[in-house]
Amino acid sequence: MTINKQQYRYLLRLGDNALVLGQRLCEWIGHAPVLEEELATANVALDLIGQATAWLELAAARRGDGVDADRLAFHRDVMDFQNVLLVEQPNGDYAHTIARQFFFDAFHYPLLEQLACSQDEQVAGIAAKAVKEARYHLRRSGEWVIRLGDGTEESHQRMQQAVDALWMYTGEMLAADELDQAMLAQGLGADLAQAAKAWQGYVDEVLAEATLTRPSQKWMQQGGKQGRHSEHLGYLLAEMQFLPRAYPDARW
Amino acid sequence: MERDWPLWEVFIRSKHGLAHKHVGSVHATDARMAIDNARDVYTRRNEGASIWVVRAADIVATAPGDKEILFDPSEDKIYRHPTFYHVPEGVENL
Repeated sequence: MTINKQQYRYLLRLGDNALVLGQRLCEWIGHAPVLEEELATANVALDLIGQATAWLELAAARRGDGVDADRLAFHRDVMDFQNVLLVEQPNGDYAHTIARQFFFDAFHYPLLEQLACSQDEQVAGIAAKAVKEARYHLRRSGEWVIRLGDGTEESHQRMQQAVDALWMYTGEMLAADELDQAMLAQGLGADLAQAAKAWQGYVDEVLAEATLTRPSQKWMQQGGKQGRHSEHLGYLLAEMQFLPRAYPDARW
Repeated sequence: MERDWPLWEVFIRSKHGLAHKHVGSVHATDARMAIDNARDVYTRRNEGASIWVVRAADIVATAPGDKEILFDPSEDKIYRHPTFYHVPEGVENL
Protein backbone atom coordinates (compact mmCIF):
# COMPACT_ATOMS: atom_id res chain seq x y z
CA MET A 1 0.00 0.00 0.00
CA THR A 2 1.22 3.47 -0.77
CA ILE A 3 1.50 5.93 2.10
CA ASN A 4 -1.54 7.88 0.96
CA LYS A 5 -3.60 4.72 0.64
CA GLN A 6 -2.64 3.78 4.19
CA GLN A 7 -3.56 7.19 5.46
CA TYR A 8 -6.85 7.00 3.59
CA ARG A 9 -7.77 3.74 5.28
CA TYR A 10 -6.70 4.96 8.70
CA LEU A 11 -8.78 8.11 8.33
CA LEU A 12 -11.74 6.01 7.19
CA ARG A 13 -11.53 4.11 10.47
CA LEU A 14 -11.72 7.31 12.43
CA GLY A 15 -14.52 8.68 10.28
CA ASP A 16 -16.54 5.47 10.13
CA ASN A 17 -16.49 4.95 13.89
CA ALA A 18 -17.96 8.40 14.38
CA LEU A 19 -20.39 8.13 11.48
CA VAL A 20 -21.85 4.75 12.40
CA LEU A 21 -22.18 5.53 16.10
CA GLY A 22 -23.71 8.91 15.27
CA GLN A 23 -26.24 7.22 12.99
CA ARG A 24 -27.06 4.66 15.69
CA LEU A 25 -27.70 7.41 18.24
CA CYS A 26 -29.98 9.21 15.79
CA GLU A 27 -32.26 6.18 15.94
CA TRP A 28 -33.23 7.32 19.44
CA ILE A 29 -34.72 10.55 18.14
CA GLY A 30 -38.43 10.40 18.83
CA HIS A 31 -37.96 7.34 21.05
CA ALA A 32 -35.74 8.42 23.93
CA PRO A 33 -37.00 7.75 27.47
CA VAL A 34 -37.23 11.45 28.40
CA LEU A 35 -36.99 14.72 26.52
CA GLU A 36 -33.72 15.73 28.17
CA GLU A 37 -32.08 12.46 27.14
CA GLU A 38 -33.33 12.84 23.62
CA LEU A 39 -31.66 16.21 23.23
CA ALA A 40 -28.50 15.03 24.93
CA THR A 41 -28.33 11.97 22.69
CA ALA A 42 -28.92 14.11 19.62
CA ASN A 43 -26.12 16.43 20.73
CA VAL A 44 -23.68 13.53 21.00
CA ALA A 45 -24.84 12.22 17.62
CA LEU A 46 -24.31 15.61 16.02
CA ASP A 47 -20.83 15.91 17.57
CA LEU A 48 -19.93 12.54 16.10
CA ILE A 49 -21.39 13.23 12.66
CA GLY A 50 -19.51 16.53 12.59
CA GLN A 51 -16.30 14.67 13.42
CA ALA A 52 -17.09 12.06 10.76
CA THR A 53 -17.49 14.82 8.19
CA ALA A 54 -14.06 16.23 9.03
CA TRP A 55 -12.33 12.82 8.98
CA LEU A 56 -14.00 11.72 5.75
CA GLU A 57 -13.18 15.01 4.04
CA LEU A 58 -9.55 14.50 4.96
CA ALA A 59 -9.72 10.86 3.87
CA ALA A 60 -11.15 11.94 0.52
CA ALA A 61 -8.38 14.51 0.10
CA ARG A 62 -5.68 11.91 0.83
CA ARG A 63 -7.26 9.52 -1.65
CA GLY A 64 -6.94 12.32 -4.14
CA ASP A 65 -9.17 11.13 -6.94
CA GLY A 66 -11.90 13.73 -6.63
CA VAL A 67 -14.11 11.70 -4.30
CA ASP A 68 -15.79 13.73 -1.50
CA ALA A 69 -16.99 13.01 2.05
CA ASP A 70 -20.62 12.48 1.03
CA ARG A 71 -19.57 9.98 -1.58
CA LEU A 72 -17.61 8.08 1.06
CA ALA A 73 -20.44 8.15 3.57
CA PHE A 74 -23.29 7.26 1.27
CA HIS A 75 -21.90 5.26 -1.62
CA ARG A 76 -19.58 2.75 0.01
CA ASP A 77 -20.75 -0.80 0.69
CA VAL A 78 -20.60 -2.67 3.99
CA MET A 79 -17.23 -4.29 3.35
CA ASP A 80 -15.61 -0.94 2.66
CA PHE A 81 -16.52 0.40 6.09
CA GLN A 82 -13.66 0.30 8.57
CA ASN A 83 -15.47 0.99 11.85
CA VAL A 84 -15.09 -1.28 14.86
CA LEU A 85 -17.87 -3.79 15.49
CA LEU A 86 -18.80 -2.14 18.79
CA VAL A 87 -20.30 0.99 17.25
CA GLU A 88 -22.57 -0.88 14.84
CA GLN A 89 -24.23 -2.95 17.57
CA PRO A 90 -27.97 -2.21 17.92
CA ASN A 91 -29.25 0.26 20.48
CA GLY A 92 -31.02 -2.42 22.54
CA ASP A 93 -32.40 -1.07 25.79
CA TYR A 94 -30.99 2.12 27.25
CA ALA A 95 -28.39 0.20 29.23
CA HIS A 96 -27.01 -1.27 25.98
CA THR A 97 -26.88 2.16 24.38
CA ILE A 98 -25.07 3.56 27.41
CA ALA A 99 -22.64 0.65 27.72
CA ARG A 100 -21.74 0.87 24.03
CA GLN A 101 -21.27 4.62 24.36
CA PHE A 102 -19.15 4.38 27.48
CA PHE A 103 -16.88 1.67 26.08
CA PHE A 104 -16.37 3.72 22.95
CA ASP A 105 -15.92 7.07 24.72
CA ALA A 106 -13.33 5.56 27.09
CA PHE A 107 -11.34 4.65 23.96
CA HIS A 108 -12.22 7.68 21.85
CA TYR A 109 -11.10 10.31 24.35
CA PRO A 110 -7.55 9.01 24.95
CA LEU A 111 -7.25 8.27 21.23
CA LEU A 112 -8.12 11.84 20.28
CA GLU A 113 -5.84 13.18 23.01
CA GLN A 114 -2.97 11.47 21.24
CA LEU A 115 -4.11 12.42 17.75
CA ALA A 116 -4.28 16.05 18.82
CA CYS A 117 -0.47 15.78 19.04
CA SER A 118 -0.14 14.03 15.67
CA GLN A 119 2.72 15.17 13.45
CA ASP A 120 0.16 15.48 10.68
CA GLU A 121 -1.19 19.00 11.17
CA GLN A 122 -4.59 18.34 9.67
CA VAL A 123 -5.12 15.26 11.81
CA ALA A 124 -4.01 17.19 14.87
CA GLY A 125 -6.41 20.01 14.04
CA ILE A 126 -9.47 17.81 13.72
CA ALA A 127 -8.58 15.86 16.85
CA ALA A 128 -7.97 18.99 18.91
CA LYS A 129 -11.52 20.12 18.22
CA ALA A 130 -13.07 16.66 18.69
CA VAL A 131 -11.28 15.86 21.94
CA LYS A 132 -13.33 18.41 23.88
CA GLU A 133 -16.51 16.83 22.66
CA ALA A 134 -15.26 13.34 23.43
CA ARG A 135 -14.29 14.35 26.94
CA TYR A 136 -17.84 15.46 27.65
CA HIS A 137 -19.24 12.29 26.05
CA LEU A 138 -17.07 10.19 28.34
CA ARG A 139 -18.12 12.06 31.45
CA ARG A 140 -21.77 11.80 30.53
CA SER A 141 -21.82 8.12 29.56
CA GLY A 142 -19.70 7.21 32.59
CA GLU A 143 -22.16 8.90 34.89
CA TRP A 144 -25.00 7.01 33.28
CA VAL A 145 -23.21 3.69 33.80
CA ILE A 146 -22.78 4.56 37.46
CA ARG A 147 -26.34 5.81 37.81
CA LEU A 148 -27.88 2.70 36.28
CA GLY A 149 -25.39 0.24 37.78
CA ASP A 150 -25.72 1.68 41.26
CA GLY A 151 -29.45 2.36 40.83
CA THR A 152 -32.37 0.01 41.33
CA GLU A 153 -32.18 -3.75 41.28
CA GLU A 154 -33.57 -3.80 37.75
CA SER A 155 -31.32 -1.06 36.38
CA HIS A 156 -28.29 -2.80 37.93
CA GLN A 157 -29.23 -6.09 36.35
CA ARG A 158 -29.83 -4.56 32.92
CA MET A 159 -26.60 -2.55 33.05
CA GLN A 160 -24.64 -5.68 33.96
CA GLN A 161 -26.27 -7.58 31.10
CA ALA A 162 -25.36 -4.84 28.66
CA VAL A 163 -21.74 -4.71 29.87
CA ASP A 164 -21.48 -8.50 29.57
CA ALA A 165 -23.08 -8.58 26.11
CA LEU A 166 -20.86 -5.88 24.61
CA TRP A 167 -17.60 -6.86 26.31
CA MET A 168 -16.41 -9.06 23.44
CA TYR A 169 -16.56 -6.06 21.09
CA THR A 170 -14.18 -3.95 23.15
CA GLY A 171 -10.91 -5.74 22.31
CA GLU A 172 -10.75 -4.86 18.65
CA MET A 173 -10.42 -1.11 19.05
CA LEU A 174 -7.62 -1.49 21.62
CA ALA A 175 -5.48 -3.93 19.61
CA ALA A 176 -3.15 -2.46 17.00
CA ASP A 177 -2.97 -4.16 13.62
CA GLU A 178 -0.42 -3.53 10.87
CA LEU A 179 -2.09 -0.35 9.72
CA ASP A 180 -2.22 1.08 13.25
CA GLN A 181 1.48 0.30 13.67
CA ALA A 182 2.40 1.83 10.33
CA MET A 183 0.51 5.03 11.12
CA LEU A 184 2.14 5.24 14.53
CA ALA A 185 5.55 4.78 12.96
CA GLN A 186 4.77 7.59 10.51
CA GLY A 187 3.93 9.92 13.37
CA LEU A 188 0.38 10.36 12.15
CA GLY A 189 -1.48 7.75 14.20
CA ALA A 190 -2.01 6.94 17.85
CA ASP A 191 -0.35 4.35 20.07
CA LEU A 192 -3.20 1.97 20.83
CA ALA A 193 -1.31 0.32 23.68
CA GLN A 194 -1.34 3.66 25.44
CA ALA A 195 -5.03 4.22 24.61
CA ALA A 196 -5.80 0.73 25.90
CA LYS A 197 -4.13 1.51 29.21
CA ALA A 198 -6.25 4.63 29.61
CA TRP A 199 -9.34 2.66 28.61
CA GLN A 200 -8.70 0.03 31.28
CA GLY A 201 -8.33 2.77 33.86
CA TYR A 202 -11.61 4.50 32.98
CA VAL A 203 -13.53 1.25 32.70
CA ASP A 204 -12.23 -0.23 35.96
CA GLU A 205 -12.97 2.96 37.84
CA VAL A 206 -16.49 3.42 36.52
CA LEU A 207 -17.52 -0.24 36.77
CA ALA A 208 -16.33 -0.33 40.37
CA GLU A 209 -18.24 2.79 41.28
CA ALA A 210 -21.29 1.44 39.47
CA THR A 211 -21.04 -1.78 41.57
CA LEU A 212 -20.81 -3.74 38.33
CA THR A 213 -18.67 -6.82 37.75
CA ARG A 214 -15.92 -6.54 35.17
CA PRO A 215 -16.47 -9.44 32.76
CA SER A 216 -13.74 -12.07 32.90
CA GLN A 217 -14.24 -13.11 29.30
CA LYS A 218 -10.97 -12.94 27.38
CA TRP A 219 -12.06 -13.88 23.86
CA MET A 220 -12.68 -10.86 21.69
CA GLN A 221 -14.61 -10.50 18.46
CA GLN A 222 -12.81 -8.65 15.69
CA GLY A 223 -12.82 -7.82 11.98
CA GLY A 224 -14.61 -4.46 11.70
CA LYS A 225 -11.39 -2.56 11.10
CA GLN A 226 -10.68 -4.84 8.17
CA GLY A 227 -14.21 -4.58 6.75
CA ARG A 228 -15.68 -7.83 8.17
CA HIS A 229 -18.84 -6.68 9.89
CA SER A 230 -21.75 -8.10 11.84
CA GLU A 231 -25.05 -8.29 9.98
CA HIS A 232 -26.32 -5.18 11.80
CA LEU A 233 -24.22 -2.75 9.77
CA GLY A 234 -25.93 -3.65 6.50
CA TYR A 235 -29.34 -2.65 7.87
CA LEU A 236 -27.96 0.56 9.30
CA LEU A 237 -26.38 1.52 5.98
CA ALA A 238 -29.52 0.62 4.05
CA GLU A 239 -31.44 3.18 6.06
CA MET A 240 -28.68 5.79 6.07
CA GLN A 241 -27.77 5.49 2.40
CA PHE A 242 -31.19 4.92 0.86
CA LEU A 243 -31.94 8.48 -0.17
CA PRO A 244 -28.61 9.49 -1.75
CA ARG A 245 -28.53 6.19 -3.61
CA ALA A 246 -32.12 6.28 -4.82
CA TYR A 247 -31.86 9.97 -5.76
CA PRO A 248 -28.21 10.68 -6.57
CA ASP A 249 -27.17 14.28 -6.01
CA ALA A 250 -30.50 15.12 -4.35
CA ARG A 251 -30.42 18.51 -2.62
CA TRP A 252 -32.65 20.48 -0.29
CA MET B 1 -40.32 6.89 35.41
CA GLU B 2 -40.36 10.45 34.18
CA ARG B 3 -42.91 11.32 36.85
CA ASP B 4 -40.43 10.48 39.57
CA TRP B 5 -37.60 12.66 38.33
CA PRO B 6 -37.47 15.91 40.30
CA LEU B 7 -37.69 19.22 38.53
CA TRP B 8 -34.67 21.56 38.55
CA GLU B 9 -34.64 25.23 37.64
CA VAL B 10 -31.82 26.28 35.33
CA PHE B 11 -29.90 29.57 35.49
CA ILE B 12 -27.36 30.46 32.83
CA ARG B 13 -24.81 33.21 32.68
CA SER B 14 -24.25 34.14 29.08
CA LYS B 15 -20.84 35.05 27.72
CA HIS B 16 -21.49 38.74 28.03
CA GLY B 17 -23.97 38.66 30.89
CA LEU B 18 -23.02 39.52 34.43
CA ALA B 19 -25.60 37.56 36.33
CA HIS B 20 -27.15 34.15 35.92
CA LYS B 21 -30.61 34.33 34.40
CA HIS B 22 -33.42 31.87 34.75
CA VAL B 23 -33.88 30.13 31.41
CA GLY B 24 -36.17 27.21 32.17
CA SER B 25 -36.23 23.85 33.87
CA VAL B 26 -35.16 20.23 33.36
CA HIS B 27 -35.98 16.89 34.94
CA ALA B 28 -33.08 14.98 36.47
CA THR B 29 -32.46 12.38 39.14
CA ASP B 30 -29.47 14.14 40.66
CA ALA B 31 -27.53 17.39 40.58
CA ARG B 32 -24.90 16.13 38.17
CA MET B 33 -27.52 14.95 35.71
CA ALA B 34 -29.34 18.25 36.08
CA ILE B 35 -26.21 20.15 35.07
CA ASP B 36 -25.63 17.88 32.08
CA ASN B 37 -29.26 18.09 31.00
CA ALA B 38 -29.25 21.87 31.37
CA ARG B 39 -26.12 21.99 29.24
CA ASP B 40 -27.68 19.77 26.60
CA VAL B 41 -31.06 21.48 26.56
CA TYR B 42 -30.19 25.16 27.05
CA THR B 43 -26.69 25.77 25.69
CA ARG B 44 -26.96 24.20 22.25
CA ARG B 45 -26.44 27.52 20.51
CA ASN B 46 -23.42 28.73 22.36
CA GLU B 47 -25.44 30.62 24.95
CA GLY B 48 -23.64 29.88 28.15
CA ALA B 49 -20.49 30.42 30.14
CA SER B 50 -21.78 29.09 33.44
CA ILE B 51 -24.77 27.07 34.64
CA TRP B 52 -26.54 26.92 37.99
CA VAL B 53 -29.24 24.41 38.76
CA VAL B 54 -31.39 24.31 41.85
CA ARG B 55 -34.14 21.92 42.79
CA ALA B 56 -37.45 23.60 42.06
CA ALA B 57 -38.71 22.32 45.42
CA ASP B 58 -35.94 24.25 47.21
CA ILE B 59 -36.97 27.61 45.82
CA VAL B 60 -38.92 29.71 48.29
CA ALA B 61 -41.19 32.13 46.48
CA THR B 62 -43.49 34.98 47.36
CA ALA B 63 -47.17 34.15 47.32
CA PRO B 64 -49.13 35.75 44.48
CA GLY B 65 -51.69 36.95 47.05
CA ASP B 66 -49.01 39.02 48.80
CA LYS B 67 -48.37 41.14 45.76
CA GLU B 68 -50.21 44.17 47.09
CA ILE B 69 -48.66 44.32 50.53
CA LEU B 70 -45.18 43.56 49.25
CA PHE B 71 -44.86 45.63 46.12
CA ASP B 72 -47.51 48.30 45.92
CA PRO B 73 -46.10 50.48 48.74
CA SER B 74 -42.96 51.25 46.71
CA GLU B 75 -44.91 52.58 43.77
CA ASP B 76 -45.14 56.19 45.03
CA LYS B 77 -41.63 56.44 46.51
CA ILE B 78 -40.21 58.21 43.53
CA TYR B 79 -37.27 59.57 45.57
CA ARG B 80 -35.87 56.04 45.74
CA HIS B 81 -35.07 56.08 42.04
CA PRO B 82 -31.65 57.58 41.30
CA THR B 83 -32.98 59.73 38.47
CA PHE B 84 -31.57 62.94 39.98
CA TYR B 85 -27.95 61.97 39.48
CA HIS B 86 -25.67 62.33 36.50
CA VAL B 87 -23.88 59.16 35.53
CA PRO B 88 -20.29 59.98 34.67
CA GLU B 89 -19.25 58.91 31.21
CA GLY B 90 -17.47 55.61 30.92
CA VAL B 91 -19.23 53.96 33.85
CA GLU B 92 -20.61 50.65 32.76
CA ASN B 93 -22.93 48.22 34.46
CA LEU B 94 -24.34 50.70 36.94
